[in-house]
Amino acid sequence: MISREEVRHVARLARLHLTDDEAERMREQLDAILAYIDKLRELDVEGVEPTAHAVPLVNVMRDDALAPCLPQEQALANAPDRADEFFRVPRIIED
Amino acid sequence: MVATVEPTGLTMHELTARYRRGEIAPTEATEAYFARIAERDPQVAAYLTLTREQALAAARAADARYRAGAPRGPLDGVPIAYKDVLCTEGIVTTCGSKILERFVPPYDATVVARLGAAGAVMLGKTNMDEFAMGSSTEHSAFRPTRNPWDLERVPGGSSGGSAAAVGAELAAAALGTDTGGSVRQPAAFCGVVGLKPTYGRISRYGLIAFASSLDHIGPLTRDVRDCALLLHAIAGVDPHDSTSVDEPVPDYPAMLEGGVRGLTLGVPREYFGSGLDPEVEAAVRAAIARLADLGAAIEEVSLPNTDYGLAVYYIVAPAEASSNLARYDGVKYGLRAPGGKDLIDMESRTRAAGFGAEVKRRIMLGTYALSAGYYDAYYGRAQKVRTLVRRDFEAAFARVDLLVAPTTPTAAFKHGDKADPLAMYLNDVFTVGGDLAGLPAMSVRCGFTAAGLPIGLQLMARPFDEARLLRAAHAYEQSTDWLARRPTLA
Amino acid sequence: MSTTTYETVIGLEVHAQLATVSKMFCGCPTTFGAGPNTQTCPVCLGMPGTLPVINRRAIELAVRTALAFECRVNPSCRFARKHYYYPDMPKNFQISQYEEPLAEDGGLEIDLPGGASRRIGIQRLHLEEDVGKLVHEGTLETAHASLVDYNRSGMPLMETVSRPDLRSPEEAATYLRAFRAVLVHLGVCDGNMEEGSLRCDANVSLRPRGARELGTKVEIKNLNSFRNVQRALEFEVERQARALDAGERIVQETRLWDADRGYTRPMRSKESAHDYRYFPEPDLVPLVLDPAFVAERRAELPELPRARRERFVDAYRLPAYDAAILTQSKALADYYEAAVRESGNTKAVSNWIMSELLREIGSDDERAITTCPVTPAHLGQLVKLIDDGTISGKIAKGVFEGMLRSGDAPGAIVAREGLTQVADTGALERVIDEVLAGNPKPLDDWKKGKTAAAQALFGLVMKATAGKANPAIVKRLLEAKLPKI
Ligand SMILES: [Mg+2]
Ligand SMILES: [Zn+2]
Repeated sequence: MISREEVRHVARLARLHLTDDEAERMREQLDAILAYIDKLRELDVEGVEPTAHAVPLVNVMRDDALAPCLPQEQALANAPDRADEFFRVPRIIED
Repeated sequence: MVATVEPTGLTMHELTARYRRGEIAPTEATEAYFARIAERDPQVAAYLTLTREQALAAARAADARYRAGAPRGPLDGVPIAYKDVLCTEGIVTTCGSKILERFVPPYDATVVARLGAAGAVMLGKTNMDEFAMGSSTEHSAFRPTRNPWDLERVPGGSSGGSAAAVGAELAAAALGTDTGGSVRQPAAFCGVVGLKPTYGRISRYGLIAFASSLDHIGPLTRDVRDCALLLHAIAGVDPHDSTSVDEPVPDYPAMLEGGVRGLTLGVPREYFGSGLDPEVEAAVRAAIARLADLGAAIEEVSLPNTDYGLAVYYIVAPAEASSNLARYDGVKYGLRAPGGKDLIDMESRTRAAGFGAEVKRRIMLGTYALSAGYYDAYYGRAQKVRTLVRRDFEAAFARVDLLVAPTTPTAAFKHGDKADPLAMYLNDVFTVGGDLAGLPAMSVRCGFTAAGLPIGLQLMARPFDEARLLRAAHAYEQSTDWLARRPTLA
Repeated sequence: MSTTTYETVIGLEVHAQLATVSKMFCGCPTTFGAGPNTQTCPVCLGMPGTLPVINRRAIELAVRTALAFECRVNPSCRFARKHYYYPDMPKNFQISQYEEPLAEDGGLEIDLPGGASRRIGIQRLHLEEDVGKLVHEGTLETAHASLVDYNRSGMPLMETVSRPDLRSPEEAATYLRAFRAVLVHLGVCDGNMEEGSLRCDANVSLRPRGARELGTKVEIKNLNSFRNVQRALEFEVERQARALDAGERIVQETRLWDADRGYTRPMRSKESAHDYRYFPEPDLVPLVLDPAFVAERRAELPELPRARRERFVDAYRLPAYDAAILTQSKALADYYEAAVRESGNTKAVSNWIMSELLREIGSDDERAITTCPVTPAHLGQLVKLIDDGTISGKIAKGVFEGMLRSGDAPGAIVAREGLTQVADTGALERVIDEVLAGNPKPLDDWKKGKTAAAQALFGLVMKATAGKANPAIVKRLLEAKLPKI
């Protein structure tokens, strides 16, 4: 069972602002989903290799060659806030 | 010259045949589509964005090529639609989310670039569940899309806009994406052909990521031939996608004939258990009988971990999503919520305001599954069970050439019917396996319910065996007249 | 001082920017100093739908380095996502390596005072992408807003973590110098600390002498010059010692070195959540480095600083001291060997480099050495001119100044300014006669037996020849002439 505190902690990690009601509803829904997912515990996966990719590939690399950059204006075109040629963010207070 | 039939009623290959005979020009077909969209899309709501200017410019260029007797190929001048999860240079790409409502990519997805080079004409961007998370397109941040066969019902999802656009004849064909069934399930609900090829068969570059190891791009078309044409145009390795596979691309359209004689089709026991709607089961069983009549050998097989597959999916997909969606923070692009008193406050408010409930749920679930102390119990274990799911399919394909099964447990459900998240998730039980194992799988129309809703037959094949998959689907399609029935949009 | 009752335990974490043309996962350039946000693309801006592709060159350079540090190159490695929110990181995760790094378990031999040396263990070496640059309006504390430049986002970084084998701030600085010298010799990193090509963090803890278990460690960030590494660590060691003496407990924390104010202060770390939620990067596939690939990298390995230093002692008969300085950087060692090829006088060239050249240029300032107006060939020629008596050592110093200013060959300067020594005895006899005639005073003194007067006369003759006279010959002639007067 996932606790209210865990929901708060995870919301902080995920940078999601939740009201108390939202947090509680979220807790209930996550509980239901996790309860369903817990069926995975029935299985014995001792010594089973995990699958990260369905298609096994290795050593995909590119040559060390230049490709065109975005023009500065295009790089900044979608910025919600900017100061001249920089992206601008509100003051940083470490958490 | 005047077209004898409404161009919007034609498949791609029928339309281009008329282009080549000079009976109709790409601009005329394009105009016809925009006219039909203006008339019908207010009901269906398949499109989020229309790109009329670009479309007509592309169509005029195609006109000239046909006039000069030098079309670029079988897709030149074909009006198609893209799910709004695919980036289009200079055209807003929202992913069905408020957080990207005003995002204009400075690049094209590889598939969009390839179809553009093939002469295809983009009509617009189609509606979807936000970040492709959903099975009904009710989770679009903008509006729900309606099923062309019954406007009270959902078109399926997350590629509901693309499936509805093709089903309602608002596009000759469309591209969608499939992470847990998001091409095949809406294809089944809207009665169109939907293919999810092998993982790595089509480049994901420019596909806005939901779950990187599960995301697949796939065609939604009127018939199997169109599906083969579209797949042939977009398949192949891409230097911008390290997970795309350098496998030769067969000439799929040329390999459609030959039928199913000599093929062994496996029927997975677990796909016919409780929860399968009797009407759907009857239609699928009938389709399997038809394939037997056509000369295929039928054999029952077992995929014992089918139910676990869904649980695996609901760990792996949210975990990868929680990571892929971390970048939407109001700093570089997209929405920034006002009034943030500092950076963290701004980011938290932006994500709270920009994401819908389902997306938040999955971000929370995925973050939790990856967080300290839970990784092994959830993500780690899920990736191991994923191996067991893959082995089920390997064992089955050691005995049979293809699998045949229902695409979905039921036909299209009503809007609001699946309010409970888990109930919605269970809708994917027959489709997630193909995504977890990265196998090619498709859905074709195999009948209708008494209420007149289309039913989907799912076929699955070995990795990179799309040619055989399409051949069997084509043989079945040719042996029925299901395609004769068209939605009335009444 | 109280620190004597504690043993200092230090481990260094060095981030080196690899000398590639393009970034780690995209084709943007790695050049330094471009205008803000002019060297970015959808990939390194973390735009939706974009995907990384590994730069093969970065892998090659990292493997070469791993071999130089005698690390075990893992047969298979993979990239992982490291998650934390910070606006200099476009995706809010960093593509790094976690459980399967590129290489592990190596070491680097460093010199200790008094000629001894010790191997410092290297725990792991892995690759990752750099983040962008934040500019704060004011300081981080007072800023109303911060500005982001993503040019540096996605630069290829090689992180090398040492074992806690360093026992003093001096050793830490020595390790970093030796480490840098190896990277530069390998050509995998330009080693430029001012431009951030080489960055260093340290883990410091104290424990009572003789104790086995480690004390609580403190991480210190922002140690971006050799001097700062030593200063910061000295400060921190002292700070912890005082705290322990006062019976306080050391808090495990990250502290920032403030070079201007000369102290470390707690930094509420951007990683304070410390739940990175690592998982394998699904957009990249594993690397399986086959033996042939690794063998090719081994074949690329040049002579390393230590081996070269020993060769300098054996082959050039140099004192260990000279050899150590001359091999502090590849550029300087190359310079020395080129100059020796020209002149053949191994010790003289070494002296000139250490006394004159290094007065102008730092021994590890590759750029300055390679672009120095005095080419190694010219320095060799200068030494030759002295050895064959064309100019005196004193004159040579002046010629060297000229070479620095003009970049001309010493021969040209000597000719232009007519600095060739006068060795012609006839000419010199005439000069001596004039000096004796024109200076009766010192001559009288000499006659009165004041031998020191000979020295004065010698000086006057040299003066008369503007120092060009061959001093040995002048001495001989004077000693021959005076008794006859
Ligand atoms: Mg690091
Ligand atoms: Zn870039």
